[in-house]
Amino acid sequence: MAKKNIFKGNQVAMERLREIAGSIYDQLMKEEIPALEVSSRTKNNIVLSDEHNVWKYGEDVVQRSAKDLGGATGILRSLYTVDFIRDMIKDGKSSTLREMYYISEGWNKAKFPAQDDSNKLAEDLEIITRCMREDFKLRPEEDGARVIGNITIEELNRKGDLKRINCKDDVGDSGYGIPYNVEQEKVRFKSVDADLILAVETGGMFDRLVENGFDDKSRAILVHLKGQPARSTRRFIKRLYEYSNLPVVLFTDGDPWSYRIFASVAYGAIKTAHISEYLATPSAQYLGITPSDIINYELPSDKLTDQDVSALKAELTDPRFDSDHWRSEINLQLKIKKKSEQQALAKYGLDYVTDRYLPEKLSEINVL
Amino acid sequence: MATPYAEKMAQSQKEISISDFFAKNRQILGFDNPSKAMLVSVKEAVDNSLDACEEAQILPSLQVKIVRCTQKDRFITKVRDNGPGIVKKQIPNVFGRLLYGSRFYAIRQSRGQQGIGISAVVLYGQLTTGKPATVISKIGEDHPCYRMEIMIDTKRNRPQVLSEQVVLWEPPHGTEIEVEIEGRYSKEKKQSVLEYLKATAIVNPHVEIAFEDPDGEVRRFERAVHKVPDQAKEIKPHPHGIELGVLKSMLHNTEARKMSSFLTTEFSRISPRGAKDILERAGIGESKKPHLLSPEEIQKLYDAFQGTNFMSPPTDCLSPIGDNLIRKGLRKEIDSKFAYTVTREPSVFRGTPFQVEAGIVYGGEMETGGPVKILRFANRVPLLYQQGGCAITHAIENINWRPYGLEQKGGKGIPYGPAMILVHVASTNVPFTSESKEAVADVDEIIDEITRALQALGRRVKSHINKRQKLQKVSEKYSIVREILPEIAKKSSSIMGKPIPPLDPVITKIMNIMVIDSGIHFTEGKQKEGTDSVTEVTLKAQNYTGKPRRFKIAVKVPQALIQGIYPDSYRMKGDVIEWEIGPIPPAKFEHLGFSIIGLEKDDYDEVEVFYSNLPGEVIGADPL
Repeated sequence: MAKKNIFKGNQVAMERLREIAGSIYDQLMKEEIPALEVSSRTKNNIVLSDEHNVWKYGEDVVQRSAKDLGGATGILRSLYTVDFIRDMIKDGKSSTLREMYYISEGWNKAKFPAQDDSNKLAEDLEIITRCMREDFKLRPEEDGARVIGNITIEELNRKGDLKRINCKDDVGDSGYGIPYNVEQEKVRFKSVDADLILAVETGGMFDRLVENGFDDKSRAILVHLKGQPARSTRRFIKRLYEYSNLPVVLFTDGDPWSYRIFASVAYGAIKTAHISEYLATPSAQYLGITPSDIINYELPSDKLTDQDVSALKAELTDPRFDSDHWRSEINLQLKIKKKSEQQALAKYGLDYVTDRYLPEKLSEINVL
Repeated sequence: MATPYAEKMAQSQKEISISDFFAKNRQILGFDNPSKAMLVSVKEAVDNSLDACEEAQILPSLQVKIVRCTQKDRFITKVRDNGPGIVKKQIPNVFGRLLYGSRFYAIRQSRGQQGIGISAVVLYGQLTTGKPATVISKIGEDHPCYRMEIMIDTKRNRPQVLSEQVVLWEPPHGTEIEVEIEGRYSKEKKQSVLEYLKATAIVNPHVEIAFEDPDGEVRRFERAVHKVPDQAKEIKPHPHGIELGVLKSMLHNTEARKMSSFLTTEFSRISPRGAKDILERAGIGESKKPHLLSPEEIQKLYDAFQGTNFMSPPTDCLSPIGDNLIRKGLRKEIDSKFAYTVTREPSVFRGTPFQVEAGIVYGGEMETGGPVKILRFANRVPLLYQQGGCAITHAIENINWRPYGLEQKGGKGIPYGPAMILVHVASTNVPFTSESKEAVADVDEIIDEITRALQALGRRVKSHINKRQKLQKVSEKYSIVREILPEIAKKSSSIMGKPIPPLDPVITKIMNIMVIDSGIHFTEGKQKEGTDSVTEVTLKAQNYTGKPRRFKIAVKVPQALIQGIYPDSYRMKGDVIEWEIGPIPPAKFEHLGFSIIGLEKDDYDEVEVFYSNLPGEVIGADPL
C-alpha cells in the first residue's frame, strides 16, 4: 500500500486552514457578522519588495463580509474548501484545481460557478494562510515543463521512495518532467555540473537545442518554459538557482508577450504576487530575441498587431521594464513595427542557433 | 387654320370617376404591396364591424379567417361580426360604392375616419382577382338573411349586384364579408394581420376575436371587460377647426336662411352675441342668405373666425378607453407584472378636441436588449406603418428616458429596455401626416400631451425599478440568513468540533431592515348566490432590526366599500387607513389587512404602503 505522504508544509497548512474556520466560528460566537480579510489583488496593490527585489502585494485588503450575498457565499466556499483540503491531506491524496471545481458540484450553495472562481479561492487561501497551493495538495492541470542537463536530483515518488535521476543520462529526449510540487520534501538537488541555466520558451527550440547537443557542448541546463511558465517551473528555476548559483538566462520569441514571460520569471506575476519571493529569480537575464537582434541578424519577421503595440506601450510604463536597456529596445520595436520568433534563426540553417547565435549572445552578456 | 392644340387635348380630357381614379392609383388606398393589401383588407372590415357594434351597443364577437387559394398569392379574407347587420337596400351601397356614407359635417371620434372604407377592399379584390365580394347580412331574428355578390362599376362608382338570395343563417344578426384578393400573408412581420388583431384586442378589451390563419391555426383574443364603450357623441364643428373649403360647402348646403342663424346652429361655441360680433367684423349683414356670400365675403368670414376668441370646443364628445381598461387589455395580451397607464384630460388643438392615453409595460417576459416596442393607436385603431414619421414616436424620442431607468443613446431616440409603450390619440379629427393615415402629424399640442403622459409613466417605471432593486436586495439578505449563514455556522463548527452557535443576533445585524410585504387576493362574486366580489389585502410588517419598533403604517384605498380592517389600532383619514403598529420586538412580525367589496378583478392591483416613525431602511413601503 502507498505510504501517506504528509509533509511538514501540509501540516502547517492543516493548522492554518483550521484557523480560518476558527476565526469565523469565533465571530459568530461574539455575535459579529462573519468576515474574512484578503489582500487586494489588483495592479494598484503591487509594490516592489526591497528585501527580495520582487513584486509583492501591498497593504490594501478587501473584506469578504457575510453582509452581502457575494461575501457570504465566499465565506461558505472557503469553509467547504478548507474542509476538503484538510480531508485530502489527512488521506494523503491530492487533486487538480479542476477536480476541486467538479467536487464542488456537491457543495450546494457553495458550488463554484466556474473554475476561475475555485482557482482564485485557492489563491486567496494561500494569501490568508501564507502557505502554498502545493501545501494544500492542489495542483494545476498542466504540470511543469521539461529539463535536460547535467544535474542529479532525488524525487520522492508515490511509493514513498527516493528516486535518484540524472537529468542528462537517466532521461530520454524529452527530459525530466518537473512535478507540480518541487519543494524540498519532494525534489532535492544532489549535484550540478554546468555553466548556465537556459530557459527556452518554445518546445520547438528546446528540441532543436537538445538535438544539437547544446547542453553537452555548452554545459547548459535546458529548461522548457512552455509559454507562460507554470508555477512549478518558476519554482524549480528559483530553487535550482539558489542551489547552484548558476546564471539564469531566458531565450524567447521577440514579442511583448515573451518579455512578460521573462518578467514573471525574474520579478513575479500579479496573480501570484503573494509568493513572488518563492517563484521569482531576480538575477535572471534576458538573452533574446531582442528587437536589435531582428535588425542585426536580419531575421524574418511579422508585422506587429494592434494588440502587440498596446502591450509594448503598457510595458513602457511597467516598473519591471523600467531600465534604459528595455526602454530603448521597446522603442526600437515600436519604430520598426516587427516581431520575430526564436525559430526564425533557422533562416541560416539548423545549427546556426547553437553555433553562432547563442555563443555570440551569451558572450555579449558575459555568461560564456 | 390649324385647330388649337388645347382643342385636341380637350377631346381626350374627360371626367374620371372616383373609382376609376383609385383603380389606377391603388397605393392611395393603402394597397401599395401584397402584404399591406392583406392587412388593409382585414383592417377595413374589422374597423367597420367594431364601429357598427359600438353604435348599436353590442359586445363585438368577430371571426376573422384567411384562406389560401390554389392560385399563387391569392387569398380569401373573411370577417364575420355579430353587429346590427345592414338593411337590404343599403348593402350594395355600403360595399359597392366608394366614399358612400361619409357624413360630411358629422364630427365624431370614430374608427371609420381612418380608412377609405370597405368598398375600397371590394374594389381591390375585383381589380386583382376579377371576383366579386360576397356579403351576408341579417338585421334580426325575424328578418330574412341576404347573401349578395357585389362588384363596383368603376366608371359610374355604382354597385353591381351579380346575385342575391335569401339564405339560412344561424346568428340573430350580423354581417359577413368575404373578398378574394391578391396578397401575401406573413406571420413574423411587425405589420402582420396577427399583430394588428393583437393590438386591436389590447385597446378594445370589450372585443373578442377568433382568428384562423391560412395554415388553419386558430388564435383567440378573449374579452376582458363586458361593457361596450360609450358611443362618442357627435358635435358641430368649432370655428377654429374648420378649413376654408369646408366653410364654403357648409354655406352652400345649410338650411339656415340667415347668416346669424347659420353661425349659431351649424357651429359649436358661437352664441347669438358672438355671431353678431363676427358678422360685424367681417362686414356681412346678419340676415344675408348664406349661399349668397361672395368669395371675398367668405374669406372675410373665415378671417373673422381666426381673429375671435371662442370657448374651447366641448370635449365630452370624446370616448377615451380609460386607463383601467387599457391596463386590462395590456395584461391580457402581454405577460408582465408591471403595467401602468394614464389617461390625460381632454385638450384642444385648432378647435379640435383630442385626448391622449398612454400605457407602459415593463419587465416580465420582454426582451431586454432591443429597443422598446411602440404601439400607436388613433381612435382605437392600431397604426402599423410609418412609425418613424409619427408624432407619437417623436414624442417618445424627445424624452430623456435615462432618469426613468431605461437605456437611451445620448438621451435621445427610442429607448432600450424590456418595455413596451402604448399611446392612444383620440380625436374628432385626428391630424394625419398624409392621406394614407398611418402616422399622426406633429401638432405641438398633441406632442405636448403625449410627452406629459409618458413622463408620468416614466416616473412610475422608475419607482417600480427602485422597488424591484430594493426587493432584490431583501431577497439576497433572506438568502444569506436562511440558506448561507446556517451553513457557515454548521461547517465552521464541524471543522472546529464545537456546537453550532446561536444565529439570531447575527441575523438581525445582517438584515437590519423593516420589511413590509403586501399581497392581494381576489374572489369573484357569484350572482346566483348574491355574493359580491372581494379583494382581500394583506400586509405583514417584519422587524429585522435589533430593536423593538413602534410606528405608523398607512394604505391608500379606492372609492369602494372597505370592510374587516385589522388590527383595531387604525383610523380612517379620507381614503387612507392609518394604523398604529407595535412595538414589534426584533425578529418578530405583525399582520395587517382589510377587504374591498365590489371591485372587479385587477381594478385594485397595487397596494401603496406608507410608513412614518421608522428609522433605518424600510422595504415595501415609502415614507409618508
